[in-house]
Amino acid sequence: MSVLTFKGGVHPFDGKAMSKDTPIEELKPGKELVFMLSQHIGAPAVPLVAKGDRVLMGQKIAEGQAFISANIHSSVSGTVKSIEPRLTATGMKVNAVIVENDGLYEAVEVEPQTKKIEELEAAEIRALVKEAGVVGMGGAGFPTHVKLTPKNEGDIDTIIVNAAECEPYLTSDYRRILEETDKLIDGLKVVLRIFPKATGHIAVEDNKPDAIRLLQEKTKGEERIVVDTLKTKYPQGGERCLIYAVTKRKINSSMLPADAGCIVHNVDTIVSIYNAVMEKKPLTKRIVTVTGDAVKNPRNFLVYVGTPYTELVEAAGGFISEPEKMISGGPMMGFAMYSLNVPVTKNTSSLLAFTYDTVKDKVESACIRCGRCGEVCPENLLPAKLSTLARRGAMDAFVANYGMECVECGCCSYICPAQRQLTQSIKAMRKMVMAERRKK
Amino acid sequence: MAYVSSSPHVSDKTTTRTIMLDVIIALLPATIFGIYNFGWRAALIVVVSVLSCVGAEAAYEFLMKKPITIADLSAVVTGLLIALNMPSTMPVGLVILGCLFAIIVVKQLFGGLGQNFMNPALAARCFLLISFAGHMTNFVYDGVSSATPLAVLKAGGDVNVLSMFIGTIGGTIGETSVIAILIGAAYLLIRKVISIRIPLAYIATFAVYTLLFGGRGFDLTYLAAELCGGGLMLGAFFMATDYVTSPVTKNGKIVFGIILGILTGIFRFQGNSAEGVSYAIIFSNLLVPIIEKLTAPTAFGVVKKKAKKGDK
Repeated sequence: MSVLTFKGGVHPFDGKAMSKDTPIEELKPGKELVFMLSQHIGAPAVPLVAKGDRVLMGQKIAEGQAFISANIHSSVSGTVKSIEPRLTATGMKVNAVIVENDGLYEAVEVEPQTKKIEELEAAEIRALVKEAGVVGMGGAGFPTHVKLTPKNEGDIDTIIVNAAECEPYLTSDYRRILEETDKLIDGLKVVLRIFPKATGHIAVEDNKPDAIRLLQEKTKGEERIVVDTLKTKYPQGGERCLIYAVTKRKINSSMLPADAGCIVHNVDTIVSIYNAVMEKKPLTKRIVTVTGDAVKNPRNFLVYVGTPYTELVEAAGGFISEPEKMISGGPMMGFAMYSLNVPVTKNTSSLLAFTYDTVKDKVESACIRCGRCGEVCPENLLPAKLSTLARRGAMDAFVANYGMECVECGCCSYICPAQRQLTQSIKAMRKMVMAERRKK
Repeated sequence: MAYVSSSPHVSDKTTTRTIMLDVIIALLPATIFGIYNFGWRAALIVVVSVLSCVGAEAAYEFLMKKPITIADLSAVVTGLLIALNMPSTMPVGLVILGCLFAIIVVKQLFGGLGQNFMNPALAARCFLLISFAGHMTNFVYDGVSSATPLAVLKAGGDVNVLSMFIGTIGGTIGETSVIAILIGAAYLLIRKVISIRIPLAYIATFAVYTLLFGGRGFDLTYLAAELCGGGLMLGAFFMATDYVTSPVTKNGKIVFGIILGILTGIFRFQGNSAEGVSYAIIFSNLLVPIIEKLTAPTAFGVVKKKAKKGDK
């Protein structure tokens, strides 16, 4: 079978060997859990509990009331300690519900799902997904029920399960495929129930041949499911790159995947959809890879949302030596953290810790116009030019040169031989342009 | 202490310095052959030229209180290229003058690395060619002063193409051996330091031009001699591909190569000079901004007509 790909991209050291062979281990949380009211793109959820309330495991503690928002559930049973602003992994302070874990894990009672997948109705699936607070778990955290309700419902012909896992070091999706293959496939079937015309594509990079083989075996005879092999290249799992690789259709910043007849979900999201619909369980746990050369025993954990990062590190045997760099997410697009006193959210994919920060001593030198940034840019931009315009504050020229098409993947900064902060300066300008647009 | 920075948090190992080092390595076959071909004086010119360029850069930056950037090795590359573009008989003082012109006037006065609008080494060559034509065209080979093969061809004579390919002929230090240049070029292509676009478009265009307007019709021996002579290969692979003074856009590189091929043809066949590579390249360098503007890529998934022009 042919290997699918896109134009551009880079090949960073993948570092997956450290954690890829460690099975998923459930990690029970400690005393205090922090549930951010904003774990998704869109409006923050509105709390339904108050200080002193007793909550059960799986109980809805905050409700997504806006069109783009999501419900939040407690992952443990216990008492609400307070509702106060807390630090997130991205460095912001956001209101959060703090729950003291009573260690009983007393769950909310739910009626079991009596229907089979083939008997489910689209409206029912959407309602269950919305109720369970499922959001995109690949990183962006877009509310899944909104994605499952495109305006052009009848045009959707492709559902893509994003199993590329192109960010270096991350292995949570890989472990999920190996250990919960059936749930993944059934989750995809649930989504396919909504879109009768669509074919399901499970797209995996070719550095995970065992995962591809397993999926192919288990989907044998499934008429509506295809397993696609992707070339191992960053950012193969970026939404626009992935859609192009699988369908050869192109979308730009002003389009949604649905405009190209596609809906893309991360592996973990698909499994959460399965849990929400077939087991009526809200999204309260996710898989997090804890790895990096500063971590004693790199691992993949099944983590209760709200668990502090400090407990993840402890469970992985602690640090070998004090890390210079700690990242939430992958090294290409993740967030550097100065404190581990932040909770796991629905879109936390990994915690990386390195003894040496390879970029801390980088000194920018003059651009030699080698053009490498343009060659690796998956959006076919000229990052060096955009960066110059951004630094000059030339907003109109920045937009005219397609600056708003940038997906902030980091390839240009990664490749730049003059060590220039291309992605960083472009990102800053994009924020300014977006702020300017909001004013109008 | 944990460091905080904006993503990405990893980077490739290639730096400006390693790229320049690759270019130096790629120039070594031509340099070594030049020294073998022209003797100790060629070696002297190489050493003087490299040292003058590095010295000029360091001195200028020191006097201007700027950070000293000689560690990026770009001045070494310029020095080496200047040497390869000199006849072995060139007076040392003039070599130094050429280096000062390249580094200070062409490179530093315009803002240093990445800002010069012309290839410094070629600008120096043209500067010396105009100012000291006698010295610059004094080609001695095997102790005998001789015309270059292209001058012989222009006068209607015949040349030995094989010795032009190997390089056992008169000319500047680094331009004579096509095989040595191609070995270096192959290294640059394999290491992905340069792309094939500019050299290929340049050489192919020039070949077509020669067959059509070269004055000798479909004469392949003549074509081969024209391709091997006059520093065309050195120019196409090492100077036209200079990052700073060539277009960054993919289509722009091809346009740039085509313009080079046509200009070189015009200079050689319709002009007075037998050679024209240097002038073609520095002239085309001036067209780079407009070539880039006309070949600016459209972003992925954007349909050109719909492209928005500033939202204000």
